[in-house]
Amino acid sequence: MKVRFSNINHHFGSTRVLDRIDLDVKEGEFVCILGPSGCGKSTLLNIVGGFVKPSEGEVRIDDEPVTGPDPRRIFVFQERGVFPWLDVEQNISFGLFKLPEGEQRRRIDHYVQMVGLKGFEHAYPRELSGGMKQRLEVARALAVNPDVLYLDEPFGALDSITRLQMRRELLRIWEAERKTILFVTHDIEESVQLADRVVVMSQRPARIQKIVPIDIPHPRDLSDPRYIALRDSIFGEIGLAHQV
Amino acid sequence: MRRLVPFLGVALAVFAWHLAVVMTGTRLVPSPWAAVRAIGELAQKGLLLKYIVASLFRVTWGYFLALLLAIPFGIALGTWRRGELAVNPLIQVLRPISPLAWIPIAILWFGVGDLSAVFLIFLASFFPLTVTAMQAVHNIETIHLSAGTNFGLSRPQLLVRVILPAILPQLVVGMRLALGVAWLVVVAAEMIAVNSGLGFLIVDARNAGDRYDLVVAGMILIGAIGVVLDLLMRRLETLDFVRWGYASE
Repeated sequence: MKVRFSNINHHFGSTRVLDRIDLDVKEGEFVCILGPSGCGKSTLLNIVGGFVKPSEGEVRIDDEPVTGPDPRRIFVFQERGVFPWLDVEQNISFGLFKLPEGEQRRRIDHYVQMVGLKGFEHAYPRELSGGMKQRLEVARALAVNPDVLYLDEPFGALDSITRLQMRRELLRIWEAERKTILFVTHDIEESVQLADRVVVMSQRPARIQKIVPIDIPHPRDLSDPRYIALRDSIFGEIGLAHQV
Repeated sequence: MRRLVPFLGVALAVFAWHLAVVMTGTRLVPSPWAAVRAIGELAQKGLLLKYIVASLFRVTWGYFLALLLAIPFGIALGTWRRGELAVNPLIQVLRPISPLAWIPIAILWFGVGDLSAVFLIFLASFFPLTVTAMQAVHNIETIHLSAGTNFGLSRPQLLVRVILPAILPQLVVGMRLALGVAWLVVVAAEMIAVNSGLGFLIVDARNAGDRYDLVVAGMILIGAIGVVLDLLMRRLETLDFVRWGYASE
């Protein structure tokens, strides 16, 4: 087991945020944590990322307890996470300071290529679009070759077309590199398009309400009856009819 | 053409000044031409450069001393909550006291001379710089600090690779404002504590026989040098490593 949450409880002051979370994530698995805004799913990701200590319980990764942030596991924020004072190359190489120069060079070139920022190596984030900044942040994370990626609503601020492209990109990268991915979202469609399993969280205090395995191979056809059935079952789980 | 408009404005004002003096025949204000001649006279006596250098010298010392101490101090307070809680009230009380109010104490401590003037300039720049650095640290995006730690930076590495670059844009603006204040204060300090410099020139010209042409010459020089200093500091704001902080997205 790659990541194991055991009996995580968390509260901010007197507000309970997380209620007895138990979850196992396999190596190389793509897991979406889905829940309404403000339910505590981001807190859960911050706990596994080592930025927040849970009030109770522990997370173990490779059977070691998480005690803080670790460069083997990189957190990707919304695109605001890139460093605005560094250009594209400098951002990608930010975490590579322990590597010899030649290896740094090789990785910069590789990931610039992979996320489609060729020709923008010396552009600053202010000169990039939202989608490009998001890809840059993913590249910066991948460059240190982490074995786990945490993504906290990474595409939330993008327009819907860019968001679809970014999902396709992320899947392509995931299929190439097979990282374990924990992906927090409030977007049901997004979770069904991406995940191996969707962990449906309840309203606060968040419990795991249901875990839905998405047994459709990639690339997923969004008009496939199986896709629609799974999506609808999650809509039902959250208590929404999918009618506007 | 647009670039000429500001110069045209100044030229018009000077011309109006000249006309007013000539037409009223007043002795209350020297004419612009008299002020220019006075500057020429200073240059001839070898005092022009000497006084400018003297004033700039005092500003440089006081200002750089303040930079050297205030920036690390402000960053330390910004990152260390408890230290800030302890020291901030004191800073807030000392800050609104005009540096000129320190003149008697400066003279008591450092005597009449350069050291007093440098001390006053130091005081004038120290508090605003400290507060700027402290505030700038507060304004750093938590995400950037988190990302820095996530990539395995140690505390010193975090300081150099995240905190410093992140606060630089605000710091440069604060440095520019602080230099403006320092320049204001050097002139005032020289009126009392020393016997060279542009501030001294103004007081001396009045005392030594009502040479108001020299007084106005001193004022013009102070203003002009102030503008040049400000322009130089503004150049800093166009550099790539701070420009990101002013870009509106």
